[in-house]
Amino acid sequence: MTAHGWNALTVLPALVLAPLLLGIIGKTKAFVGGRQGAPLLQPYRDLARLLGKGAVYSRTATWVFRAAPSVSLAAILLACLLLPAGPLGAPLAFPGDLILFAYLLALARFSVVAGAMDTGSSFEGMGASREAAFSAFAEPGFFLVLGVLAWKEQALSLGTILGGADVLSWGGQMPALLLAAAALFLVLLAENSRIPVDDPATHLELTMIHEVLVLDHSGPDLAFILYGSALKMWLYGALLVSLLVPAGGPAWASAALFLGGMAGVAVFVGVVESVMARLRLDRVPRFLGLAGVLAALAALLLMTGGQP
Amino acid sequence: MTSEACALAALGILMGGAVLALACGRKSGAAGLVAVAASAAAAVLGLCAALPVLRAGTGWASQAPWSLPWATLSLGMDGLSAYFLAFILVLAVPAAAYGRGYLAHHGPSTWTSASWAFFQVLVASMALVVLARDGVLFLIAWEGMSVASFFLVIYDHERPEVRSDALVYLVATHLGAAALMAMFGFWGSGTGSLTFDALAAAPLGSRAAWAVFLLALAGFGSKAGLAPFHVWLPRAHPAAPSHVSALMSGVMIKMGVYGLMRVLLMLGPPPLGWGYTLLAMGALSAVGGVIYALAQHDLKRLLAYHSVENVGIITMGLGAGLVARSAGMETVAVVALCGSLLHVLNHGLFKSLLFYSGGAAAQASGTRDMERLGGLLRRMPVTGAAFLAGAVAICALPPFNGFVSEWLVYSGLLGGALQGQGVPSAALFVAIPVLALVGGLALACFAKAAGVVFLGEPRSEGASACKEVSPWMTVPMVLTALACAGVGLAAPWVIATVMPAARALAGIPGIPVGSLPEGMAPLSAVVLAGWALLALTGILLGARRLLLRGRTVTEAPTWGCGFTAATPRMQYTASSFAGPLLAPLARLMRPSLRTKRPKGIFPKSAAFRSHYEDPADRGLFDPAVRLLERLGGALRPLQHGHLQVYLLYVLLTLVALVVWEVLS
Repeated sequence: MTAHGWNALTVLPALVLAPLLLGIIGKTKAFVGGRQGAPLLQPYRDLARLLGKGAVYSRTATWVFRAAPSVSLAAILLACLLLPAGPLGAPLAFPGDLILFAYLLALARFSVVAGAMDTGSSFEGMGASREAAFSAFAEPGFFLVLGVLAWKEQALSLGTILGGADVLSWGGQMPALLLAAAALFLVLLAENSRIPVDDPATHLELTMIHEVLVLDHSGPDLAFILYGSALKMWLYGALLVSLLVPAGGPAWASAALFLGGMAGVAVFVGVVESVMARLRLDRVPRFLGLAGVLAALAALLLMTGGQP
Repeated sequence: MTSEACALAALGILMGGAVLALACGRKSGAAGLVAVAASAAAAVLGLCAALPVLRAGTGWASQAPWSLPWATLSLGMDGLSAYFLAFILVLAVPAAAYGRGYLAHHGPSTWTSASWAFFQVLVASMALVVLARDGVLFLIAWEGMSVASFFLVIYDHERPEVRSDALVYLVATHLGAAALMAMFGFWGSGTGSLTFDALAAAPLGSRAAWAVFLLALAGFGSKAGLAPFHVWLPRAHPAAPSHVSALMSGVMIKMGVYGLMRVLLMLGPPPLGWGYTLLAMGALSAVGGVIYALAQHDLKRLLAYHSVENVGIITMGLGAGLVARSAGMETVAVVALCGSLLHVLNHGLFKSLLFYSGGAAAQASGTRDMERLGGLLRRMPVTGAAFLAGAVAICALPPFNGFVSEWLVYSGLLGGALQGQGVPSAALFVAIPVLALVGGLALACFAKAAGVVFLGEPRSEGASACKEVSPWMTVPMVLTALACAGVGLAAPWVIATVMPAARALAGIPGIPVGSLPEGMAPLSAVVLAGWALLALTGILLGARRLLLRGRTVTEAPTWGCGFTAATPRMQYTASSFAGPLLAPLARLMRPSLRTKRPKGIFPKSAAFRSHYEDPADRGLFDPAVRLLERLGGALRPLQHGHLQVYLLYVLLTLVALVVWEVLS
């Protein structure tokens, strides 16, 4: 295990800039739709406003509902410590931390789902069931992508894998990389409740997935949840960017490239959300199956391409 | 006392306790106390017997002649036996204490006292199974285990469905035992002795070794609940009283895992094919178990299918270890085998916890049907918190124990896939997404079970009238939950107890040096992350408290979009929760759905019923039982019910024996 004091700085960009990603996505969608849209910094204002409020709890809910947002945010924050950002290494790295990363996100999901079930609302039960189902179907694809990356870099630590997985180093195995990146992007869309799987802007409870899950949270609890989902977006985006953006060179250059890449991912998500319609719910498992198939093809290409 | 004396004393105390429990007669409360005391004493002695062996890495063996033909009284203890012995005897204690509370409301009866005697016989015979070093002795202990557990399952024998489920268990367990008899018979046919030393030394060709392996897989697999031999498991566990379900599911099915590991140790270096077979069967069990668990409405049946799943994970770890060993990656093999062995303990802990709390919920509410439960956490705070802890642990979420063992299995798979070449590497790689899918589905399943049963509003009067159960039941739950957290947060110390067995299975002689051997170092980082998670959660909860201080915090009805549910039965049910997960699998699982749709402008009634039949019943067990019936039918002409005819049989047998004696 390596834990460098310096690298603790890595989490700072994530902690500070994650809500901006949501702002960029919103702005992009507004731009494509020909609207003015909310200001870029709107997510920060939302968070500040919610943190300043009191709270309303359901009479049905128990301590599970009250603890869920904190547990979920704690798990996501810990996951942030496992990822490198641009030139900075990961603050916490050990062989096998990629499994911890995936299971921390699972813990975050479990606590929010349990919180939703605690309200006794049918709507929230429905959201809980869909969230649990789609994440379960996304899991094999995500693990296959992680496996492909680990195999390519011959390492079991996210820090090493992403630090080394330079797009230029793939050379002849570029197709495998692109397939893995495509699979990862599909998982990103699903896990962050984006179109075509879920629509964060929908107004009908029946059609929501993630939004309806957190319908009863308010005040600081809701702020924790919103901040947690912004961080989760950052985590998946950082995985994708570390994979696709070349590293190396002076630190400021790679830092700029990384941040630019993150903004690019947000813009791309916004465009995808603008030009696509939502999938019918029973088609979503196929969509996630596609992610798994892409990742499996990447693995096949990489393994038959010989040992790196 | 020496390790051997302690082990024998533990067996003696348990058997003495069994006799004493029987002697209690109608005072079954006293019989329960006897069982608790005997189990506790046996657990202390068991630890005294096991820990020195685990620490020193050297075991003992003893042999005495026995009057039975081909049999000797051979006992022994090595790392594997010591680990399992401690596991059995320690986990029996909370089960006994919980059972003392659980059976209290049945009122005193001789039958309950007898059930306590069978409980102790079951624990003693499991201990004897792991100590036995002779085929005949092993089979006798194995049979004692099966029969004792059968009588425990049939405790509520007034109910016809319990009788039929217990009979299915009896038949299934004996089909497995038949495979084991065939295995020992075939294996020992050339040696003339059935002691394990003789069997291990027996020269087996590769085909014969495969035959022994496959027979062991069928025999031990059916006890372990490995798919497709698991048919008895989802029947017997719900039928049994909950402390028995906990002991059977948490501990007894692991005897199948032990048996498989013991046979593998005796067979020596495995060919690659065994590892592949175990990996594939483990994957089938894990995926099949969790999918059928999702489809259940009965809480205890759901838990039983999760045992199939978890035995699958244990077997995948074992298979991965064997593949890595055969491919020459000993370090990776140790990691995977440690994961497999540690998952034995972990599943024992959290499955016991889940059966304790689930059983308490079912007893307090009077139903196991999840669609009639709900909101129990408010009414039974300790039981509910215990179930939630068990759910988090079984979903392998950090910082609980399940994560540590699954992390080790994943590390073994990934490490082997990375280091290996060709087919072994690819096989291990393919297992990774399978385990990931199982993890995702298990999470969904326990979100459903915990959410529908313990959270929300009660869906029936029984559920809303629930009261917290007695301390006899809650204290074992709390202790087991703490043990789940403890193993997760102190894994590097616990791993030392499985290390000797894992190294033996990986084919590495000798004992490990230092605290954490090669390949295990990241484990301390995993544990550190668990502590960090706890600290972060604490900080955030504190921050939330600070933020809310002095502000208005009110309570209101749940948001209902303008129409708050008229009845709690309008909450999302267990079936609806599992719907989106099972819908894509409908073609595979072929559920029988009966729907009565609402009709007309003023619909009167509507109904929906779903039932998922296990393909292993239809495809494997039913044909096997039908074959047995046909064979048994062939013997029926001998049965007339006339005493004279039977006397004639006796006479003919005696004459035949005399002729045999004279001629030979």
